Amino acid sequence: MIAALKNSAHRAWLVLLVATGITWYLGEVGAAGTWAIVAMLAIAFVKGRLVILDFMELRGAPLMWRVLLEGWLIFVSTLILLAYWMSLK
Amino acid sequence: MLAIIQRMTTLVASPTTAPAPPRLPGDLAIWFFILAELLAFAVFFAAYAFSRAGNVELFNLYQQTLDRNAGALNTVLLITGSWFVVRAVQAAHRDDRAGVPRNILLGFLCGGGFLIVKVVEYAEKFGAGISMSTNTFYMFYISLTFFHFMHVILGMVILAILWTQARKGVYGSHDAHGLESGAAYWHMVDLLWIVLFPLVYVMR
Repeated sequence: MIAALKNSAHRAWLVLLVATGITWYLGEVGAAGTWAIVAMLAIAFVKGRLVILDFMELRGAPLMWRVLLEGWLIFVSTLILLAYWMSLK
Repeated sequence: MLAIIQRMTTLVASPTTAPAPPRLPGDLAIWFFILAELLAFAVFFAAYAFSRAGNVELFNLYQQTLDRNAGALNTVLLITGSWFVVRAVQAAHRDDRAGVPRNILLGFLCGGGFLIVKVVEYAEKFGAGISMSTNTFYMFYISLTFFHFMHVILGMVILAILWTQARKGVYGSHDAHGLESGAAYWHMVDLLWIVLFPLVYVMR
């Protein structure tokens, strides 16, 4: 069990499952508004980053590709946050 | 001088293994393709979010008709499918010839599970008379999830090809390029759903 967790892909998979459970739970309790949106986007960002670094294996890739993929995640999260912020005004 | 300091710090950090030089898994072309796909979905996600800003009540009302459990289950299926494919790549690198096709097949089955859950979900919505023209929310829900659905199918076609190749013993520590390229595409399908699920099913 502990030995298996030395594999970053196994670790990422576990964190991804727990994070999915949290997003699902926030939906179940009807979480809405600023804090809920920020929390769900933050969770999606962490999950996306794990997929990029540990599943796509870009942790050891040339910097340009890490910047492009992680930059996409930041770009998308920012646009969504901006749109939801506009809707709250 | 700087080089010596860098060398010393790497020696301290990892006394046994030298740092591997930067390496992009798979073929360069697949990464440009992935980038183009990601940008197309970024436009789609932004279109959804900004349309919602102008129709908050409508989006919040009809979002509640979606099956969040099915959406979350599908997230688990794609995450697990991705994990199996990472295991296939790791198996290739350590020349575990049986582990490569086995894990690709398991990843493929997770994709199949995703499709089944999605078809059940669509059948329920279409059965209730919902279509693209019902309202703006359903227009986005159907088009966004269907566009992604097509990508899951393409990802599964790629996995099927990788599986037949893997069974012939094509992938190993000597060459795993093709496998890594297909795997990267499959992870992209997962990455897209990780943004799509909270955006369309949960965030309000």
